[in-house]
Parts: sequence; C-alpha cells; structure tokens
Amino acid sequence: MAIDKYMRERFFPHIWCPGCGHGTILNNMLRAVDELQLNQNEMVMVSGIGCSSRISGYVDFHSLHTLHGRALAFATGIKMSQPNLSVICPMGDGDALAIGGNHFIHACRRNMDITAIVMNNRIYGMTGGQYSPLSGSGITATTAPQKTIDREFDITSLSLASGATFVARTTAYHYREITKYIKEALQHPGFSVVEILSQCPTHFGRRNKLGDAPEMLKLYKQNTTRIGSEAKQNNPELIERGIFRQEIAPEYCAEYAELINRVQQG
Amino acid sequence: MTQRTEFIQGNEVCVNAALYAGLDFFAGYPITPSSEIAETMAKQLPRIGGKFLQMEDEISSICSIIGASLTGHKVMTATSGPGFSLMQETLGFAVMAEIPCVIVDVQRGGPSTGLPTHGSQGDVYQARWGTHGDHAIIALTASNHQDLFSMTVEAFNMAETYRTPVILLMDEITGHTREPVNLPEQGEIPIIGRLRTSVPEGVDYHPYLPREDGRLPMSDFGGKHRYNVTGLYHDMWGFPTTDPNVIHGLIHHLMDKIENHAHEITRYREYYLDDAHTVLISYGCSARTALHVVNSRRRRGEKLGLLELQSLWPFPAELVRAKCAHAHYILVVEMNMGQVVHEVKKAVHEPERVYLANRVDGEFITPTDVRGIMRLIHGRGV
Repeated sequence: MAIDKYMRERFFPHIWCPGCGHGTILNNMLRAVDELQLNQNEMVMVSGIGCSSRISGYVDFHSLHTLHGRALAFATGIKMSQPNLSVICPMGDGDALAIGGNHFIHACRRNMDITAIVMNNRIYGMTGGQYSPLSGSGITATTAPQKTIDREFDITSLSLASGATFVARTTAYHYREITKYIKEALQHPGFSVVEILSQCPTHFGRRNKLGDAPEMLKLYKQNTTRIGSEAKQNNPELIERGIFRQEIAPEYCAEYAELINRVQQG
Repeated sequence: MTQRTEFIQGNEVCVNAALYAGLDFFAGYPITPSSEIAETMAKQLPRIGGKFLQMEDEISSICSIIGASLTGHKVMTATSGPGFSLMQETLGFAVMAEIPCVIVDVQRGGPSTGLPTHGSQGDVYQARWGTHGDHAIIALTASNHQDLFSMTVEAFNMAETYRTPVILLMDEITGHTREPVNLPEQGEIPIIGRLRTSVPEGVDYHPYLPREDGRLPMSDFGGKHRYNVTGLYHDMWGFPTTDPNVIHGLIHHLMDKIENHAHEITRYREYYLDDAHTVLISYGCSARTALHVVNSRRRRGEKLGLLELQSLWPFPAELVRAKCAHAHYILVVEMNMGQVVHEVKKAVHEPERVYLANRVDGEFITPTDVRGIMRLIHGRGV
C-alpha cells in the first residue's frame, strides 16, 4: 500500500493500546489522502491533546501538536494566513467538544475550509478513563464509579446547528466509509466535520463490560445503520451513519480575499 | 528624516508601528482598553493585503496568530488583563515551540474585571510568570508615543531574533492618550525579518537544532520541509521525548537564549543620572510623572535623576545596580502595589534605600503623589 510514504516511521511505535480504533482511522485517512494524490508539502495536520492528537506526529505532513481543545483555533490561523494549504484537525471527543467546544462551534459557523475529524471513543483515554461529554448517561468511568448521569452531545446535530457545511458520521468498523467520507470532506470547499466512533477497549470497553476490540467493533456494526434506512424506522435507537449535510456556502478565506479586493479597489 | 507627524492615540501608534515592522496578520477579541488596536487593524490590514481575524475569545486569538506565524507571517494580538490571563497557557506554548509573535497587553486595573477604563501597571509580574513552568520572556514598555513606536518595532525584531513571544506592556493611559508622533520613513528603524533555513529540500532539516549562535532557522509550514511542532518537550526534529538529556538541554536553551542576551535586550532612557543623589526608576505611563518631578526639581537645583526602563523582562538588574551605585535613595514610581520595586530591591546593594511611590485607585499617579512620598522619606510629613 502506498500509504507508507505518508508516515513518519522514525517515530513509531505509536502510543496507542492494542485494539484501539485510532490506528484504523489513521490508516484510512491516509488512504483518502493517497487517493486524492494530495501534495504532502501542502498538507497541515493540527491536533490538540489526547490519544487521538498524537496522530499528527505520525504523519509526514506539516504537523502541529497544540494544546488541549485548541486545534481548530491554531488551524484557523494557519488556513487564514495560507489558504492554499489543506488543513486537517483530528480531535478526540473531549478535546473537540468539552474544552474545545467553543472553538468547535465557531469554526463550524465561520465555514473556513478545514477538515475536522472527531475520533469519538466516549472517554478520556490518555488521562486514564474519565467520562467525556460524549459518554452519555449510565456509563462507568473513573470519575463516574456510580455511573454517569450526564447527557451527551450529538456531534452531528451540533455541527449542523452551528453551520458546518459538510457533516458525516461513521465508525472504525466501517473502515471503507472512513476513507470515503474523509475524501469527500477534504474535497469539500468549506468546514467539514467527520465523526468517527472509535473503540477504546482499555478504558471504555473494559469498564463497561463491552468485551475486547473485536466485540466492540461488532457493536458498531449492530448499533448503527445508514441514514434514512428502514432499520432506523423500525429501531430509532440505531445511530445513523452517512453524510448529513453537503452543501456549498461562502467560504471564509475566499470571502476575505474578496474583501481585500474590494478595499484595494477603493 | 521623519516625514509625517500624526496626532493619534497610543493604540493607533502601536498599529502603525506593527505594520511598519512588517505585520500582516492580526487576531483579537474586543476588550477595553485595547479594542482600538483591533479596530485599526481591521481597517488597515486589508488595504495592504494582510489578514484580520476577530476570534471567539482571547485563547483562540493567540492560538491563531501562532498558526499564522508558522506559515511565515509576522503576527500580533492585543488585549487587556482578563484576556491576557486567558492567553497564558498558549503563551507558554509559544515559548516552548519557539514561535515568534507579539502580544500587547494594554493594562487596566485588576484583579478580575477590575477597572476596565482606568490605567494600571499591575501585569508586570503576570508578563513574567503568568504561564506555568520555568521559562524566560521578553517584555517591553514605553511612556510616550514616539518610544511606543520604536518599542513596538523592537518587539517584532526581538520576536524574530530570539524565536520567542514578546510582550508589549502598554497601559490604558498611553493607549488612550493622544499626542503627536513622528512616523518614520521605511528604513529609518531597522527591521529584522525571519531567519529561514538554507537546508535544501530532501536533506534532513532539524527545526529544533540551534546553530552555534543559539539561533534556530525556521521553515514555513507549506514549505519544503515537513516537521513536527509540539508543546511537549521535544528533540531536534520536534518530536516528543522524555529523554532526560534532551529535556535538560531544551530547558537550558529556552532560558539561555534570552537570559544570556539580557544586555542586548535591555532598553532604557536616563535623565540626569550622572550626579543624581535621588534616583527615580519608572516605566510606562508612570515615567511621564516621574520625569515631570525630576525636571521640576532640577530647575530648583536638586539632584534628582530618572532611569526609565523600557525593557522589564529580562529585568535589567545590572543596569539598575550600576545606575543606582551612588544614589542616596531610590524611588520606584509605578501604578501597582509594588512589582518592579521588588526587582530593584533585589538588584541594588542596599535594598533598604529603595522606596515605592505608587497609586492604585484608578487615577493616574501625579507629581504631587510622588512629591508626597519624597517628603515622607525625608521625614517631613505628608
């Protein structure tokens, strides 16, 4: 496979636990980059803090490993200052939507051409298994020994309401969809959100008795369905996969370039 | 030769000087008393093809300028106390990742929301120690618009020279005062550009391997060298490490590149220090008051002098010690509960001769305030 050239093998082995879904996401993200034949010198990956965020170190792009929750804020400066660059922001669920929630909704609203990938494992893995705003209620975590009472965000609904112009969801089980949606997102001229459910057998699966990685992956197969499928009508509990929105709207950097033209022509 | 004189606010002077220094990217969030900087940037930057961003908060403002600096641009953000507090974590990131940028803090009364529309100099220590962990920092200040222009340009020059964030400590009084300023012609004040690597494409580039002179040539994001930037302790490739030798080397590099050049960074003005029995030390808006006191007392034949500090960090301890060597007593004039006064006490041979003349009620410290303290020191009551 031609994705080797996009990886910094010098920095392997990676830090992810055996069975983690993040490696599958890295693999299929790079397949998307490869299929699009993108120029590595024009690729920038910006990440925050957490297990997911280490992904930026492993790819042979320009890479910026920033602060917890701030990936999109740094990415906004990169894209705005150099709009020809392709900017990808892989984030964890806590990273993107707890500490980074404000940056997330404003990045959606601005519609700058950045690809946000939320690697949603519903747990803070790196810090040892605390519950996140995506855990939902009834989950056992180190900070919820008596199970969570918090309700969870729905990332796709939040993205849609905040104005993201491309919104998709899939899981680490549906790896071909990862490549497909990231490919679509990278080509989309506006702010894209791809939510990917990713298993954390070490902290989420183990504490919630969901079994090992293969069993957690099977759950993604069982608990999800295509958007608008008959299965969803019969069972509203199923999580929908697919593209929720794909529409063209004024892109921020293009609008600013027009503003500059207008000002300079007096 | 200076060609153009303008009668403008200090905040506008700061913008003019930043553009003079080559800034073409600014991000900020509205906050009194610094908002005119963002407003003027929003107007000016598109005219020169530069970029202005109003972000969702001060955190994202400083994050986005760091992103833009990495693509090769000269960048700045401006704020006041509460916003400066929010920026502290990312300021540390810029220190660790060695990203050139300028952060302007137009100081107002604190703590907390404090006194948004009144002047203060309460953020001197925050500029030094606001972010966590050991680090070195550069902070500059100015008392009048002409010096503010040159100190702003210097802030950009030092950010590039030392690959570091530089803090420009303004205050509400200099920020909102209107006074004449001569805008220099291009070339009158030297501008230092980014030092970029000469390593050709295909050859291993080490973004964090200092040259013999301690400087680290950069490569723009989007350029021919792809490398990693992180806020973690990192090796010469910018990749995270926990190797004790590498960590030891990096923290010493981060300290030494600034502390060992303190004499080059030091900026000051002096008035009548040669024979001064009483040395006033001041900076920023307070130095205007201190200078007034010194001038008026000199007219009466009293031997007062003023050391006006324009660089506060690294603290110019050697300079202070030398200039105060023959002083009978030293009076630090500042608008806080005592910040620079502690540094002066540490610097001089006889700290018991160092006194503080301050005002912290939101009003600008007056010559009468300073003279009152001097009467107390001389045992003449208030």
